Amino acid sequence: MVDHEEVEHVASLARVDLDEAETERFAAQFDDILSYFEALDEVPEADAATELDNVFRPDEVREGLTQEEALANAPETEDGYFKGPNVS
Amino acid sequence: MSSDTDAFITREEIDPTDEGPLSGRTVAVKDNISTAGVPTTCGSAMLADYVPPYDATVVERLKDAGARIVGKTNMDEFGMGTTTETSAFGPTDNPAAPGRVPGGSSGGSAAAVAAGEADLALGSDTGGSVRCPAAFCGVVGIKPTYGLVSRYGLVAYANSLEQIGPIAPTVQGAAELLEVIAGPDERDATTREHGAETAYASAADGDVDGLTIGVPTELVEGADEAVVEQFEAALEDFRVQGAETVEVSLPSVETAVQAYYVIAMGEASSNLARFDGVRYGPTAAATDDAEAGNWNDAFAAVREGFGEEVKRRILLGTYALSAGYHDKYYDKAQDARAWVRRDFAEAFETADVIASPTMPVPPFELGESLDDPLQMYLADANTVPVNLANLPAISVPAGETAEGPVGLQLVGEAFDERTIIRAASAVE
Repeated sequence: MVDHEEVEHVASLARVDLDEAETERFAAQFDDILSYFEALDEVPEADAATELDNVFRPDEVREGLTQEEALANAPETEDGYFKGPNVS
Repeated sequence: MSSDTDAFITREEIDPTDEGPLSGRTVAVKDNISTAGVPTTCGSAMLADYVPPYDATVVERLKDAGARIVGKTNMDEFGMGTTTETSAFGPTDNPAAPGRVPGGSSGGSAAAVAAGEADLALGSDTGGSVRCPAAFCGVVGIKPTYGLVSRYGLVAYANSLEQIGPIAPTVQGAAELLEVIAGPDERDATTREHGAETAYASAADGDVDGLTIGVPTELVEGADEAVVEQFEAALEDFRVQGAETVEVSLPSVETAVQAYYVIAMGEASSNLARFDGVRYGPTAAATDDAEAGNWNDAFAAVREGFGEEVKRRILLGTYALSAGYHDKYYDKAQDARAWVRRDFAEAFETADVIASPTMPVPPFELGESLDDPLQMYLADANTVPVNLANLPAISVPAGETAEGPVGLQLVGEAFDERTIIRAASAVE
């Protein structure tokens, strides 16, 4: 069973505020969805062998965004830096 | 939004930079694909004012190929939906079935093509988001093999699953657009050498004589009766043209939807952590929490601006990856993914392509399906296995029901887009 408190706990881990009605709806829906996911318990274990290769390129300096471009979408900046919330 | 179908979030023209195979053609681009200087919202209030400082690789390739971009198309928020109704900018109507959804999440792209508001369009497909709207709007859509098309500049939802893909009125048109966007990109390390020299449009020759088409019963038996009727007619059309149809079995698809949602939500919860109101989006710095030094509370307050479906997926992804649940959900989903891959590999020992209805149902009425997320997820049953297996697939129109168009999905072996393009061109 997923209850109200569990939804609030996960929301706090994910740093997402929910309103009361959302928390209520999510508790019921998560119950349905997580029960549905239970079927994964029956899946046969897979061979962990992978066919993946690392892909590297030389670590060369190349043109990137200018400081101005990088800051253009920031809601708040100060002295050419991003401005985040205060840290106490 | 500005047209009858509301296919576009932003209507702004971007000029071609060169002459090429797409000279004189117009292309609509899904609004999660970055366009330098033109807003790219992902259908989210969180990016309502975001203007990318650079082009996605596929956008550069379109411009170099002579295409004129005509706007950015509506979509489910961050690609999370099957109807385009989770967009923060309102729904899009289906030009092929007015009053019904265009499918999702690339619903605006498919609707723009179906309504003739663009010659071609780009969508992105994480679990069916190109093929579903193509099917519902009666147009053609291709989900390329993972690694064929660069994701550089595509705003990430679930990196291990998604590809950018073409939407067009014809198989030939979709293949021409694929030819332009495919091929390796040093800015996306998951792209492969495939596609650099491959011609796709020339494969649309309609020759299916001797082709073996596998039909997995698991992807047909649960489908709507009227959809199955059109699907069977398409199979008959193949047989008349000299193809053979054989039954194949994909038992692993029974847990594909579960595996897909666990993996996609897990990746989403991590990818969407970047929307914290510092580098873009509404500000995190000016809230009361921020002033008080409550750093995490300030982020959480900004992130309340996601829509409900996005919050649902971030939270479920966080849950499935959290201590104590990781083994149960995420690791088992990876096992289920490996199982799907093995199943397809076995099926391709007897079949050249695998056919099913793209969507098990006709397009829903607008507003019909928003309340029950699980029911919505189940509609993706036939498309998500393809993403889990990294394979290419095409959706091609295959008749109509009383409620709207039906799509035929053809799945091919990795990097064998030519075979599914050829097969699809035989029945369009």
